[in-house]
Amino acid sequence: MTKQHQFQFTIEAGKSERHYWMDLWRYRELFYILAWRDVAVRYKQTVIGLLWAIIRPLLTMVIFVIVFGKIAKLPSEGVPYPIYVFSAMLPWTFFSSAFADASNSLISNANLISKVYFPRLIIPAASVMVAMVDFIISFVILLILMAWYQYWPSWNLLALPLFLILGFFAALGSGLFVASLNVKYRDFRYVVPFIVQLGLYISPVGFSSSVVPEQYQSFYYLNPMVAVIDGFRWVISGGSTAFNSTELNISVIVVSIICVIGVLQFRRMEKTFADVI
Amino acid sequence: MSVAIKVESLSKKYIIQHEKKSAHYETLSDSFIQSGKKFINGISHPFSRSKSEEQAQEEFWALKDINFEIMQGDKVGIIGRNGAGKSTLLKILSRITDPTSGKIHINGRIASLLEVGTGFHPELTGRENIYLNGAILGMGRKEIKAKFDEIVDFAEVEKFLDTPVKRYSSGMYVRLAFAVAAHLDPEILIVDEVLAVGDMQFQKKCLGKMEEVSNQGRTVLFVSHNMAMISNLCKKGVMLNAGQLEFQGQISEAILHYYQQQNEQSARVGKLFESDNAVLIRGELIGLSAASDISIHDELIVRMLYKIKKSIAGKCVPNFHFSTSSGTTVFVSSAEGVTKMSPGQYVADCKIPGHLLNEGAYFVGLALTTYLDSGSFEVEFFDQNALTFNVIDPMDERSNRYGYAGIVPGVVRPKLVWNIHQDIK
Repeated sequence: MTKQHQFQFTIEAGKSERHYWMDLWRYRELFYILAWRDVAVRYKQTVIGLLWAIIRPLLTMVIFVIVFGKIAKLPSEGVPYPIYVFSAMLPWTFFSSAFADASNSLISNANLISKVYFPRLIIPAASVMVAMVDFIISFVILLILMAWYQYWPSWNLLALPLFLILGFFAALGSGLFVASLNVKYRDFRYVVPFIVQLGLYISPVGFSSSVVPEQYQSFYYLNPMVAVIDGFRWVISGGSTAFNSTELNISVIVVSIICVIGVLQFRRMEKTFADVI
Repeated sequence: MSVAIKVESLSKKYIIQHEKKSAHYETLSDSFIQSGKKFINGISHPFSRSKSEEQAQEEFWALKDINFEIMQGDKVGIIGRNGAGKSTLLKILSRITDPTSGKIHINGRIASLLEVGTGFHPELTGRENIYLNGAILGMGRKEIKAKFDEIVDFAEVEKFLDTPVKRYSSGMYVRLAFAVAAHLDPEILIVDEVLAVGDMQFQKKCLGKMEEVSNQGRTVLFVSHNMAMISNLCKKGVMLNAGQLEFQGQISEAILHYYQQQNEQSARVGKLFESDNAVLIRGELIGLSAASDISIHDELIVRMLYKIKKSIAGKCVPNFHFSTSSGTTVFVSSAEGVTKMSPGQYVADCKIPGHLLNEGAYFVGLALTTYLDSGSFEVEFFDQNALTFNVIDPMDERSNRYGYAGIVPGVVRPKLVWNIHQDIK
């Protein structure tokens, strides 16, 4: 009974900020369990279950190899083309599915939002974890692929978590922004797949970012995923592919801005979620 | 006792958009069209504010300036008609939505149960859903683990623990959902109308669990339309009407207010209780001190004015039905020594002595029954909740309380003859 004094709080109009971040920590178990639920539900009642996480990127890679490598004969900077494409597919697939899941997460959890209190930030954050699990599975495939081509990684591999984190925040930041708007304007349901599809072609997945004319490069770097994808490739190839610090710096700045705007927008709209969803 | 919940001038406003009644959410194109219209209007009538805009949005106060306090350990029933603001109040207390203005101080860990099985996922198994739902309701994993067997036991679903809940029967589903919620361990529990689930036996079990919970000194807020359930579970009541606090106090009085208001607003007004032979004119209570209160010491006269329209073969006997606020009949009293009556207007008085009914709210049903010589009878009219009154105890020396200020259980509280003498052997 002495415990209860820790739970004194005040609900006041427009003043839920104070205990928000503390609550976020208090509700971390809900975060784990929602993330686990999303992963568990994804492959329930599928015949081959987790194999889907392997088949999807593998098939996409095969198509890319055929279309860009064999037919268009784009340069691969001395790396076996399958590895060249797959190392870019990894961060892109992670970003696109994390972004799409986060964007739709609030709507698909509408019943929770209108019936229970918890910091809403947990929902999109947990949904990104599904993409993370897929990423880890795909990464194992990449390692197998590298072993097949006897292509050994270098110490650059240690920098990989950095690019993964950059991709994570790019997805979460933009996901938060779109998710909060999605609650009020359902148009974003149709916008998201479009962004994801378009993004694949304007990101250097099937080709090298060095094919972009020099005068447009700094403009091209505004796409934060360019640095993440180039970075991944640089890590996997052991430094033989194009990557420079300018794109990294621009990307970090852009991602930071996206995250700040995303969180602010989310927090601003969060209070009305239960009323409009 | 300290305060568990203190609500200060709480208000909640919703904006109703009349153009889009079908959906809560808007689409961007709607917004574009709206702003386009505004723009065009702005050009064509630069100095007049667009009328359509004003009409499209209307403010609706779901709650307006609510103030009340709930002490620790109180069981409070929140009652009111649909749309009175009960659910909004619970949503604000549960922090699901923000108030528009006002403050609430909460002292204690709060858990709310606005729906059974929130977050249940049909594809997951019973076991998995227990963990999921528990976490959603604010339980830690260790806490759920410790209570897991108890929950499964309560829900009676041992055999189906590893079956996806989409294959459950609706009864099993609801039992499992309630079982998880019932094992919450908060200091303040907020429950919306969720007990009305499952079969009778399970409902009884749920009620038992609720009582057990509330007897552990927890604060419970309970919303229901079932007055019998509310008056069983709660000692205190808050009555809301159209977003405003209409009454706060003992649950029986709150229920009385609720019924009175319902009577006023329902189709009863202007409705005639009559047959071919007779008609009820009105009922009256004589002896009330204030509003609808009567002291437990005082006698009360229930009067019925009625008219017999034509001469009837049998005897027309007025009879009054007394019931508690939870709907239990206390007694029925029929007029004595009635003979055949000629057509005309009559007044029937029935005297209820003091020291008969216990404190609380009561309803009087007014009826006229014709008993035929053949032994059969016919009800001429029966107005079930025609009159309401509230028995209060002034707590003076005649109350026989010896200083005790709490609730004396029971429906009746008669003054009986006692005799105590020293037992000399």
